[in-house]
Amino acid sequence: MNSVKERLVNGIVKENPTFVLMLGMCPTLAVTTSAVNGLGMGLTTMVVLALSNVFISMLRNIIPDKVRIPAFIVIIASFVTMVELLLQGFIPFLYDALGIYIPLIVVNCIILGRAEAYAYKNPVIPSLFDGIGMGLGFSVALTCIGAVRELLGAGTLFGIGVMPESFVPVSIFIMAPGAFFVLAVLTAIQNKVKIIGERKGKDMSKIQSGCGNDCLKCSDTGCAKRLIDEKAETAEPSREKAEKPKKVRKEIEIEEIMDEETETTGEEENENA
Amino acid sequence: MNDLMKVSSNPHVRSKSTTSSIMFTVVIALLPAAGFGIYNFGLKALLLMLVTVASTVLTEFAFEKICKKKVTIGDYSAVVTGLLLALNLPVSAPWWIGMVGGVFAILVVKMLFGGLGQNFMNPALGARCFLLISFTSIMTNFDCDAYTGATPLAALKNGEAVNILDMVIGRTAGTIGETSMVAIVIGACILILFGIIDLRIPGSYIVSLVIFISLFGGRGIDWPYISAHLSGGGLMLGAFFMATDYVTRPITKRGQYLYGILLGILTGIFRIFGPSAEGVSYAIIIGNLLVPLIEKITLPKAFGKGGEKS
Repeated sequence: MNSVKERLVNGIVKENPTFVLMLGMCPTLAVTTSAVNGLGMGLTTMVVLALSNVFISMLRNIIPDKVRIPAFIVIIASFVTMVELLLQGFIPFLYDALGIYIPLIVVNCIILGRAEAYAYKNPVIPSLFDGIGMGLGFSVALTCIGAVRELLGAGTLFGIGVMPESFVPVSIFIMAPGAFFVLAVLTAIQNKVKIIGERKGKDMSKIQSGCGNDCLKCSDTGCAKRLIDEKAETAEPSREKAEKPKKVRKEIEIEEIMDEETETTGEEENENA
Repeated sequence: MNDLMKVSSNPHVRSKSTTSSIMFTVVIALLPAAGFGIYNFGLKALLLMLVTVASTVLTEFAFEKICKKKVTIGDYSAVVTGLLLALNLPVSAPWWIGMVGGVFAILVVKMLFGGLGQNFMNPALGARCFLLISFTSIMTNFDCDAYTGATPLAALKNGEAVNILDMVIGRTAGTIGETSMVAIVIGACILILFGIIDLRIPGSYIVSLVIFISLFGGRGIDWPYISAHLSGGGLMLGAFFMATDYVTRPITKRGQYLYGILLGILTGIFRIFGPSAEGVSYAIIIGNLLVPLIEKITLPKAFGKGGEKS
């Protein structure tokens, strides 16, 4: 559960924040107009995620339970400010391209979600690699989306022209609707691969799991009920499949609530721009 | 023994109309507009129509084969989508525009949402707007051998004079099928005579647009101006053939009036206050998205239910 390799694989594949957990949709949809932007956003988030996970994990015995969310926000916001200033100083073109979405990393629900679900309950080293794994998963997803959008919408890849001269860019793909198309199709492909894997008998049962199996501390309205499902599953593994969709939906609901703040601010920004 | 009654469960009254017969009638009704388009713009228009229809039908066939679903290309709905899309393209568009649009219409707008009956917006219009956003310069280039310059609506917006008779007959620049009001109205009469559509949506659409233009057009009740708005652009094609699409219109009667009025107001807003001269396709698409809400508020109450509680 807590080994370094397991955490990395978990973040990139099993619980990929974008394609599986559907977290952090606001930056995912807004900044992936090109592969470079996607990669930049992903790596920026990864740095913040790893550092804030480490600090929250170190302070997990000091932070009182009741004020943990404000405490997380303070820690995360400090790192975001540092990263923002570093980007502004050293990679100005990325800073210009990402714009408001850098400060918005503060309320990115991946970071808050990992702090709450993992770092607050686990030792420092696994938390660090959880952050790196999740961040890498986010980077991979954003780079994929950005690459597809850039390829179709501008005919380039990482800024290099790869399409033949006669290719007419489908400019809708570098606009907002294109982000939804690409995200939906990539998620569908990802799910299809998973289903094929399941048919071949590989154990994919962990892929859908969302909140690190720490259900005891979740509220009653959240996934505390999952504990009962979990018990039933261990007793009767065949029920597992039937329970799955319900669990995933429940988790997404929770995360959507967390995401809302990010999304609304992001949308307003979009309209202004 | 012949006096025995046949015993069967309901329904006892059955209609003979099927999806394919309705869709076939729509294809027939579109032919005047298509024919005029070919007459007006030349054989390239025919080529564009063939490419678009072929791509919609083949996409539907391929998708259903790959997904191992029942193949439904025999119901002509893909043909209608393709033909409507082609009638919405400018004749100067290259052939691959029709192909991309056809694939998008069927694959993304229709099949990914569950096929005919499940699509939340009109596939042809969805594809047209996709193309319009993606390839703006191609889709708004109405220059061709027969006509150059702006469409009548664009000219009208710039304050230039337009020839209404030409607009009614269809001798103007524009997309392949939208120019001729006469041809579209002939097709609409076919649809109405066969009972495929009724006048609720087109009527309330056109009337509300006329009222909107009279109020906000800046020229008062100026009939030449209003008739130019009615005969120009995609209004007639949209009102009779696309707003009335069975899948994406409200099913309640009051809802249909409301939908028509909404479309009229939206079209008026887009045409008069918007940056572009035309707004029918966006108006209908937005109307399509609002259909579930319209149906929700106009659902008739069942007899004996929902009265005032004492």
